[in-house]
Amino acid sequence: MNLFKDAGHLLRFAGLFVLAFIIFLVVRGYVVPKSFGQYGHYRGNAITEMAARPVKFAGHQTCETCHSDIAGTKGQGKHAHVNCEACHGPLAKHADDPSSVTPVKPDTAALCARCHTASAAKPKGFPQVDPADHSSGAPCETCHQPHSPAIGGTETAPAPGGTK
Amino acid sequence: MKLSRRHFLVLAPAAAIAWKSVLAGEPDQAPNYKLSEHWWGMLIDIPKCIGCGNCVRACQAENDVPDGYFRTWVERYHVEDEDMTNPQVISPDGGKEGFPVAKEDAGKYFFVPKMCNHCADSPCTQVCPVGATFVTPDGVVLVDQKYCLGCAYCVQACPYGCRYIHPDKKVADKCTLCYHRITKGLTTACCENCPTGARQLIDLKDPKDPIHEFLKTHSVQVLKPQMATGAKAYYNGLDGAVR
Repeated sequence: MNLFKDAGHLLRFAGLFVLAFIIFLVVRGYVVPKSFGQYGHYRGNAITEMAARPVKFAGHQTCETCHSDIAGTKGQGKHAHVNCEACHGPLAKHADDPSSVTPVKPDTAALCARCHTASAAKPKGFPQVDPADHSSGAPCETCHQPHSPAIGGTETAPAPGGTK
Repeated sequence: MKLSRRHFLVLAPAAAIAWKSVLAGEPDQAPNYKLSEHWWGMLIDIPKCIGCGNCVRACQAENDVPDGYFRTWVERYHVEDEDMTNPQVISPDGGKEGFPVAKEDAGKYFFVPKMCNHCADSPCTQVCPVGATFVTPDGVVLVDQKYCLGCAYCVQACPYGCRYIHPDKKVADKCTLCYHRITKGLTTACCENCPTGARQLIDLKDPKDPIHEFLKTHSVQVLKPQMATGAKAYYNGLDGAVR
């Protein structure tokens, strides 16, 4: 008995299925990124692409390589743990090209008040003042040098136009 | 050589599979950074937070977060003595410009910075239909924006409300734990700019990380532990009123 007798129409049909499967595999090979499934059900290269983005905050370690004098002053004072860019803003571009990108000196009136305005919501041990009442309108840096804020701190006011 | 139809049918799938394995090639690796050596998280120390909003501004600057959207934000809780279960929560513009001055009155106030919890068993990654969001081998939940369709299932799935659809890109966007910074040895933008150390990047696989000692000696919890998300934003001194 021949099982395949009169089975020609079935074999042609099976051939079509096999052909469709091959086309599927080929198309899949093209459209699925090669790193898909490298770590799981996602594109592995997405991780490296994300990691490759440039930074905007250089980080205090970078600042300190040039501004070691300020870092030293700051390290002695109450603001030792406040990092440079917390006040000065994102400056990775300045770190990359110090001469053409120069930071703007922050306005202490706004900057100090941001943290030190008194509020019942702040931790009790945190130094807080009512800015309007505290200095009668005088700028904070009249008495407090931001890098060493205790009155009589070691820092002197930076020279106008100075880069340090 | 004449290829019979039979041989073609046998060889073609084999060739397709072989070709695919050639395409897969060697995985790309960032120099000096091994995915398997890290397991990232964040410590948020509530008693240290002063609600200045530096973290929110830093995050927006570092990551080009569009106005009105937040990868991290700060909430201010006001819990009144007689109404412990109904805290009043405000977060004006995500706390970006700080908070209105609170007067000393009944009850207590405190700030709660919030962000993606970078869950180990993340509900958001489980619902993605196309494999566009995932937990990396070093424990960071990321979105592959080239793959994302913008269906927003993940936005709904996140129990912490940490995702949004980017208004211009029309794809899911969220905290990356500053993946481009932490893989270069820097800390995140929010941690770098927190003036009081209320936020600390932690590496749970690093035996030298002070977090291990900290966890032994402090009452630390995560948000919504009942959801079993494996959240890795650890909150120190978190009040029970926080949702």
